[in-house]
Amino acid sequence: MSVTIAQAVWQGLVILFGGTLLGMFYKGLDRKLAAQMQGRIGPPLRQPFFDVVKLMVKENVVPDHAVGWLYNLMPLVSLASVATLLFYLPLGGYTPLLGGYGDLILILYLLAVPSLAMVVGGFAAGSPFATVGAQREMVMMMAYEFPLAITFLSIAWRLSAILPGQPVFSLTVLAANPLWGLVGPIGFIGLLLLFFALLIVTPAELAKIPFDIPEAETEIAGGILAEYSGRNLAMFYLGDAIKMVVMSSLMVALFFPYGLANVFNVAGVWGGVIDVAFFLVKVFAVIFVAVIAVRVGFARLKIGQVTRMFWLPVTGVALLGMLLLTLDRFV
Amino acid sequence: MNNQSIKLEVGGSTACYTVPVGPVHPALKEPIRFHFDLDGEQIVGVDIKPGFAHRGIEYMGMRRNLIQTLYLSERICGICSISHPLAFTQAVENAAGIAVPPRAQYIRTIIGELERIHSHILWAGVGAHELGFDTLLHLTWNVREKCMDLLEELTGNRVDYAIPIFGGVRRDIPAEKAPLAVEALGYYKGLLDQLVDTFLHDKSIEMRTRGIGALTYDQAVELCAVGPVTRAAGVPKDVRQDMPYLAYADMDIKAITPRDLGVEPTGDVYDNIIVRLLEVAQSIEIIEFCLENLPEGEITSIPKVPALLAALKNAEGEGIGRHEAPRGEVIHYVRLVEGQDEMAAWKVKAPTYSNLMSWVPKFLGDEVADIPIIAASIDPCMCCMDRVHIADETGTTSEKTKAELVRLSREKTRRICG
Repeated sequence: MSVTIAQAVWQGLVILFGGTLLGMFYKGLDRKLAAQMQGRIGPPLRQPFFDVVKLMVKENVVPDHAVGWLYNLMPLVSLASVATLLFYLPLGGYTPLLGGYGDLILILYLLAVPSLAMVVGGFAAGSPFATVGAQREMVMMMAYEFPLAITFLSIAWRLSAILPGQPVFSLTVLAANPLWGLVGPIGFIGLLLLFFALLIVTPAELAKIPFDIPEAETEIAGGILAEYSGRNLAMFYLGDAIKMVVMSSLMVALFFPYGLANVFNVAGVWGGVIDVAFFLVKVFAVIFVAVIAVRVGFARLKIGQVTRMFWLPVTGVALLGMLLLTLDRFV
Repeated sequence: MNNQSIKLEVGGSTACYTVPVGPVHPALKEPIRFHFDLDGEQIVGVDIKPGFAHRGIEYMGMRRNLIQTLYLSERICGICSISHPLAFTQAVENAAGIAVPPRAQYIRTIIGELERIHSHILWAGVGAHELGFDTLLHLTWNVREKCMDLLEELTGNRVDYAIPIFGGVRRDIPAEKAPLAVEALGYYKGLLDQLVDTFLHDKSIEMRTRGIGALTYDQAVELCAVGPVTRAAGVPKDVRQDMPYLAYADMDIKAITPRDLGVEPTGDVYDNIIVRLLEVAQSIEIIEFCLENLPEGEITSIPKVPALLAALKNAEGEGIGRHEAPRGEVIHYVRLVEGQDEMAAWKVKAPTYSNLMSWVPKFLGDEVADIPIIAASIDPCMCCMDRVHIADETGTTSEKTKAELVRLSREKTRRICG
């Protein structure tokens, strides 16, 4: 690697702060747009920043029944794992900072860590609401992880047949070679199905309505987060904001990695600026379709209904997508 | 209610844990406490402890003159703020033998039905919120504003209307205000199809409400459920139909059940939505009838307040007033003693009191996720219902058995009946 340590550190800091700010900005946009769609005025765009600042100065309460160290550690684990994910995302056309040190499989694991941290934190809180929430989160993970893994792996596997010898599990390679143009019509349909499956998995992964079951405010009073406050809650909040950016960036990298610089024939710095801006627009488009529009248009489902939905229809669609991609290879 | 919670055996498994809900919980709009025994996500036992919203209203009412108490009765509940005065004025008019002019009866009916419209729409929004469907909450409450505006236009107030008085009403509906009402009714008529479509044909609402919180016909009859809860279970019980009062006697009112929409009643949350939405349509028809046939004449039989107070002071007797409130039948019992400004006895029985026990069969066998919507499905109103709070001198609460409660109630009855 030609990157020096000093370069890596400042680039890392830029990505970290940039990603966090972006997450909060998108969260503000999400709240404002959802409010407008519900016929409300909604909070100002800066509201997530106010919220985090306020949470940071508030008291950090640890319940008497909680396992203190575990309870305090988990928000940190959650935030650290999503922050790490930021270093693997190809932003616009740029190579991710840690692109050479991990691949799609690592990303899958890192995506599961925040949810696991919330489960452990929920159980450690020692409150019945948090316990119910943690149980629900576990069941949710079992439900959506399978279609998520199928989607990621099918795409990488199909690409490995097209580009033999290349590190196809690297997100950079995946983003540089969008599959849409490389497969035949059957593969195209398969890819479309995988995209659809991932679109449904995204709100579940982010625990948004109709899949906000582990937090379900009206049922279990915030569930996993019921006992968290102050700094700890702020960390979960930031983790949630960043995860939203991560999930939609992954979606963009896998399915819409196209840039605009080549279309307009702009090179150099301005080409980069155009690509990054276009990337941010694409990320917002994914958030709008997969999170905002969905959470405005549905009621919260029950855990049994969600499990059935992910295990049968969604997994079915993902498997069918995989099957079509496989067929496409041999046609 | 009961020291022993009611248990449901599930596959012989008894390993369950208890989750308390309330008295303060996001699913509850007013304080009440549930203890749920859970087997996984399934509810296998439920214990209900009311009594957190007791304010001693009856006691206060028995220490004021009747007109002051009328305003107090309006403040028993903010949503049923015409239902309680309607029942109360009828009880006092029965006891004192005061006649009510026909025009006043029609005006009371109109305001009462307007309250039903806004109350049912409010409930629909709360229900949507309990299901995690906040968009629908905001849209329905937005729609409700039209009714509140009309009420403000007709009575001067959005919430406590101060319309009925013993012997009539305090404000007339002048001819120039009638078009406003007609316009608002037209607005709701145009909206009704949309409301029915949104609530009854939305897939995610259907998934969350069909078969949830079911109450059979027999259970509804046995537990004496009232209002939309019992009608959703298929029992055609409605005070306006069974014992017509005010202007209802001039109309042919039929209790609404899910059968009116071609649905076989099961008493579940879905049926509750059907009944309440259809009742909005029924209320619109009733108000239209009342506006068209509004009789001419006086709006009160004793217009002067001092004369009214004197008449009430000289009255002797007891009376019962009943009204089909949006949540079900509300009953007021009043006893007047000659030469006394205040009542000798006042008993308020709100619909939630009758519906409380139907919660138990509704909850059993359903899941944790269903708790908010089942709790909301009877449209509970704790501040209407809570008439008892047991505490000793130190303020600590205790539990009473059924036998003790019966003994205490009888003692109280003897005390107030002299």
